[in-house]
Amino acid sequence: MKKIILSFLLVLNGLICSFAQSNTGAEMATGLRSSGKIYVVVLVLVVLFLGLVIYLFTIDKKLKRLENHFRK
Amino acid sequence: MKYYWWKILAVLLLLYSIVLGLLGPVPALPIVNETIRNVYFHVPMWFTMFTLYLISVIYSIKYLSSGSVQHDFVAVESVNVGVIFCGFGLISGMLWANFTWGDPWPNDPKLNGSAIATLMYLAYLVLRNALEEEQKRARISAIYNVFAFPIMIVLMYILPKTTDSLHPGSGGNSGFGQFDLDGSMKAVLYPASLGWILVGIWIMSLRFRIRKLGYKEDVPIV
Repeated sequence: MKKIILSFLLVLNGLICSFAQSNTGAEMATGLRSSGKIYVVVLVLVVLFLGLVIYLFTIDKKLKRLENHFRK
Repeated sequence: MKYYWWKILAVLLLLYSIVLGLLGPVPALPIVNETIRNVYFHVPMWFTMFTLYLISVIYSIKYLSSGSVQHDFVAVESVNVGVIFCGFGLISGMLWANFTWGDPWPNDPKLNGSAIATLMYLAYLVLRNALEEEQKRARISAIYNVFAFPIMIVLMYILPKTTDSLHPGSGGNSGFGQFDLDGSMKAVLYPASLGWILVGIWIMSLRFRIRKLGYKEDVPIV
């Protein structure tokens, strides 16, 4: 938990600092960001990832039930 | 595996890495542009593979001294899942290289080393299939594993540093640290690596439990 909070603060710090840096000229996906479409990408990835995680948890639960059944 | 806390931690770490991986600040560099964010996903695949192979060789050595078939199960399932993460690392790397290096396989020493290491661990799995008797299979594959692991380290992490290479950190290129001057990328990369390592171990533990259950109940489960 401490690590997550610390990491989050680090990123926040980076975000704030990045306003002070000048763009070196390399194009970044500012279009995707300014139109807000980047959040669609994030949402898609989060949904897919959570789907996989739910799948893993259901396998885990099924296994646990089987193990308990055979332990008797 | 009564404990779920590390699995939930893994999920949280990976959610964090996905959200901040896409939304967080990254240095604006030529050629890679936004694709530098791939670092948050491509690199943890290899960390996970390495951790799983390390677990595998430790349990191979444990088997050689104990003879307990459970140790052999951990060893083989770690390689099984490790090979899958290795595959993900290769695919993600090739996709990335295609758009930044101009070639999905530019005969870079690290890529060639990882290909040979992959073949070695696939050979481990083939070797196991070729041996019928349980004890013999476990013992011979454990010895093979003990050789395969240090060779993998040399091929993937030592040799590329000694010659010309496209990879950051190898062959005269400055390491990842040059991109990451303000630590904002490390803040996502390290939690992401830990999250993926925990997920890899989770999947390995699931496979191990399935195998153990099948062995106990005499049910032929792969």
